[in-house]
Amino acid sequence: MGEIFDFSPIFESFDRVWAGFQSTIQLSVASAILSLVLGTILVAMRVAPIPLLRAAGTIYVNAVRNTPLTLVLLFSSLAISDTLHIVVSDVPRTNYYWFGVFGLSAYTACFVCEVLRSGINTVPLGQAEAARSIGLTFAQSLRIIILPQAFRTVIAPLGSVFIAMIKNTTVVIVASYAEAAAIMKDLFEDYSASLGIFIGFAIGFMVLTLPTGYFFGWLAKRLAVAR
Amino acid sequence: MTGRPLVVLDNINKHFGDLHVLKDINVTVHAGEVVVVIGPSGSGKSTLCRTVNRLETIDSGTITLDGEPLPEEGSGLARLRSDVGMVFQSFNLFAHKTVLQNVTLGPTKVRKKSKGDAEKRGMELLDRVGIGDQAQKYPAQLSGGQQQRVAIARSLAMDPKVIMFDEPTSALDPEMVQEVLDVMTDLAREGMTMIVVTHEMGFARRAAHRVVFMDGGQIVEENTPDAFFTNAQSERAKDFLSKILTH
Repeated sequence: MGEIFDFSPIFESFDRVWAGFQSTIQLSVASAILSLVLGTILVAMRVAPIPLLRAAGTIYVNAVRNTPLTLVLLFSSLAISDTLHIVVSDVPRTNYYWFGVFGLSAYTACFVCEVLRSGINTVPLGQAEAARSIGLTFAQSLRIIILPQAFRTVIAPLGSVFIAMIKNTTVVIVASYAEAAAIMKDLFEDYSASLGIFIGFAIGFMVLTLPTGYFFGWLAKRLAVAR
Repeated sequence: MTGRPLVVLDNINKHFGDLHVLKDINVTVHAGEVVVVIGPSGSGKSTLCRTVNRLETIDSGTITLDGEPLPEEGSGLARLRSDVGMVFQSFNLFAHKTVLQNVTLGPTKVRKKSKGDAEKRGMELLDRVGIGDQAQKYPAQLSGGQQQRVAIARSLAMDPKVIMFDEPTSALDPEMVQEVLDVMTDLAREGMTMIVVTHEMGFARRAAHRVVFMDGGQIVEENTPDAFFTNAQSERAKDFLSKILTH
């Protein structure tokens, strides 16, 4: 029993474990920002009065959301970077980091878009009518009136999307970028797999995701729009 | 009325599915004129009001605002809308903005006024409707009557050529109706051009130059308030008035 719950490999290799989680955090932060931006652009397309934009947004969301993340990441790193030789950095690790971020963001943006779209549906129609009545254009009413209110109603569900995204960083290993889960695999090989290592990494992820959930819950209450 | 024709509705028709909600509507509202539209529920009066700034599209006919035909979409439509104030039954104040921000948003984003100028004018307008001391509050913290007065100030901040009122007191508690009607009566006295859909017959008598009576999507009768309320010509108007004026 003592061997199964042996946490010593974690402490002995703490530098590597910490480096792995640093990579996870870097992936998560960059992907959260990029997917938020992309998701907002996508939702603007999906509610736009121009049919072509609406169709493009719908097709993108349905195509990417229904493709396994592993395939999206492989497409990003293998097809776009390795095969088409589109490279953002000559340092391979940096390059794969960014293509990991791109793949993860392209995927997560679909969920951000759909959450935001449900938020837009909670904003009363009268808000848009009042915005149009004072002469705001469609883009202005979306940016100034509709989206800020939509965002505030979906902060808590956005938190769930980001928690899922943090855990999804463990798939980025297929895009040749090593983060916490890859380090865990290394430790399994070096020390033989043990429950101690596994629990150590699981706790490591909870340290990231639990506060994320609480933070978004707190933010949702703080920014709620009173009607 | 001697003012120039400001809002001209020419032969407007509109359907909601099979329902013919506006039938061959012809109305001209002149500058400085206050027109009250009354009629039973479902008569099309709110729809008529909302077609003027194209919150409702029309199937046929033309709408002209101060000599310019109303565009179907785009920035031209946004520009003409900025000249038409709109006061809704449910106020529709921007819920995430303060009272003052509600009033300054249009002037800064549409009229490109500086923030300082917009706030100065915004405070003047809020004082005028009696809400100056609530400028930093959010709409949900105000009573219905106060919210509606802010909505009127928001319209006025755009220096509109005409203001449409779509049943502005119908959602208010009875004790708050008068404060809103008082603001509207003042506006009418100052020469603002207004189209008012309402059930407030007292306001119609006091402030309107003309009463338009609608039923079944048609304009049935038009007259001065005095003539209309004392001597309605059509059977439908007589029937409507007998039902609302007896209590």
